[in-house]
Amino acid sequence: MNNRNHEGSRHGGPPVVSCENVSFSYLDSGRPALGEISLEVRAGEYVGVVGPNGGGKSTLLRLMNGLLRADSGDVRVAGFDPAAEPFEVRKRVGMLFQNPENGLVAPFVEDDIAFGLENVGVSREEMRERVRKAVRAVGLDGYEQREPHTLSGGEKQRVALAGLLALDPEVLLLDEPTSMLDAAGRRGVLERLEALRGARTVVHVTHHLDELLDADRVLVLGAGRLVADVSPERLVSDPDLLRDNRLVLPTALRLAAELGLGPAKLRTPEDLAEAIVEKSGARAR
Amino acid sequence: MTAGRTLGQFYPVASLLHGLDPRAKILGTAALAVGLFLVDSAAGFLLISAVVVLLVAASRIPPGTFVGFLRPVAFIVALTALFQVFFSREGELLLEWGFVQVHEGGLVRGLFLASRILLLVSTAALLTATTAPVALADGIEDLLSPLKKARFPAHELAMMITIALRFIPTLHEEAQKITRAQAARGADFSEGGPIRRARALLPVLVPLTIGAFRRADELAEAMESRGYRGDEGRTRYRELRFRTRDALVLCAAALVVFAGILL
Repeated sequence: MNNRNHEGSRHGGPPVVSCENVSFSYLDSGRPALGEISLEVRAGEYVGVVGPNGGGKSTLLRLMNGLLRADSGDVRVAGFDPAAEPFEVRKRVGMLFQNPENGLVAPFVEDDIAFGLENVGVSREEMRERVRKAVRAVGLDGYEQREPHTLSGGEKQRVALAGLLALDPEVLLLDEPTSMLDAAGRRGVLERLEALRGARTVVHVTHHLDELLDADRVLVLGAGRLVADVSPERLVSDPDLLRDNRLVLPTALRLAAELGLGPAKLRTPEDLAEAIVEKSGARAR
Repeated sequence: MTAGRTLGQFYPVASLLHGLDPRAKILGTAALAVGLFLVDSAAGFLLISAVVVLLVAASRIPPGTFVGFLRPVAFIVALTALFQVFFSREGELLLEWGFVQVHEGGLVRGLFLASRILLLVSTAALLTATTAPVALADGIEDLLSPLKKARFPAHELAMMITIALRFIPTLHEEAQKITRAQAARGADFSEGGPIRRARALLPVLVPLTIGAFRRADELAEAMESRGYRGDEGRTRYRELRFRTRDALVLCAAALVVFAGILL
């Protein structure tokens, strides 16, 4: 994560995603998965969504691209109601899932990247060009003819991401895309996502707070309610909010908090080490 | 998975056969298959065998590997051929040993049957070995597409084949993983009679099946969210191009079949 000058930047574009008093219950459950949620995401914003399991994070994303239909309330994405016109929304909104293994359709990487383009009816010449660009954008040049089962988890997730980018989506919905990856795969995927910041509207559901430190806003969902809508700096420095929603601080930030260092600007172990040196130096003087 | 290359697997090299349009290869294979059932003379079988040998050479698949493709059916071929040899009582008696009699007619029939099955399997193996699975599915869809008017789900069939091809290696790996996990807990897959061994497989099949259903669910979600809605307004990434040489190959196949039948 080298691109760190974004905190504080607030995008003032028009809302691309909006939910108004949205409620949803699964058929086999008495408790609503989401109750009366209202929120807005503006064009170009990077919004994180956190909260305990069963808090409604994945449900929220699925309402946004029409995989689920709200019981009541209004959802609008890119100008369309995803429940009424799912195809129009899905042309403009890409969703990255937890398990990349089960999202890849075709027996070869390039065919899989082309799958979404085939669905929306892009011409063959344009498809070739877009596939080539998408492959490059995720750093998988030379992988076009590989079979998905020969790839690592991180590579599979990058193929899935390429399949979304090929469609040039306005909005990217990320449903815990790194939770099933090893450390190296996770880093690879996060680097690619980092490159999208600012260029696209992103809604990123995750359990790892450290992935959201550069986000414009973080939504905290608990028991189907919107508990908080804050900046990541506010979230990591609010121990009550963290504890109530079973959110765990990244190790570097936790250590910094224990040492009584300011929490906001520490992202990497190097940052932390520097802060510690600075603090002990100041005390020695 | 490169180890056990068996019947029905793609053998990725560049060759004349690999470069042909899948539709030409599917139709050619079908023509040869029909022809093989109509051929009824030694000369006809020799002709088609010669053609198959030539095709194998043209496919640049090493002969040893190709013979390996046929191994799974060797037992069935031998059994059916021997059945004909020993139980047919036509023609001159050639050999008698106790109650076993070998007649000329039986010998001929056994040989014909064996060549028929082997040649049939060889042409099928040639098709799958020289055609990438995706191309094969595209070819099938295209050939069946006239039936779409009669509401035959040609596109769905091709999509099913593509997905099956995509997930066979994945499920195979998962089966191995589960087998090892069960073995680590003391399950024994190699001892006991066939029934006991089949029963030992149950703890592998149950989680594998449940896992397959979960995968299917997630795959359906992913496909939907990528804008999949069946055949409607869909374009294709892979291009099928029927060139002169494809037409020539198809004509040649038809000629060979006619010649084989007439001989």
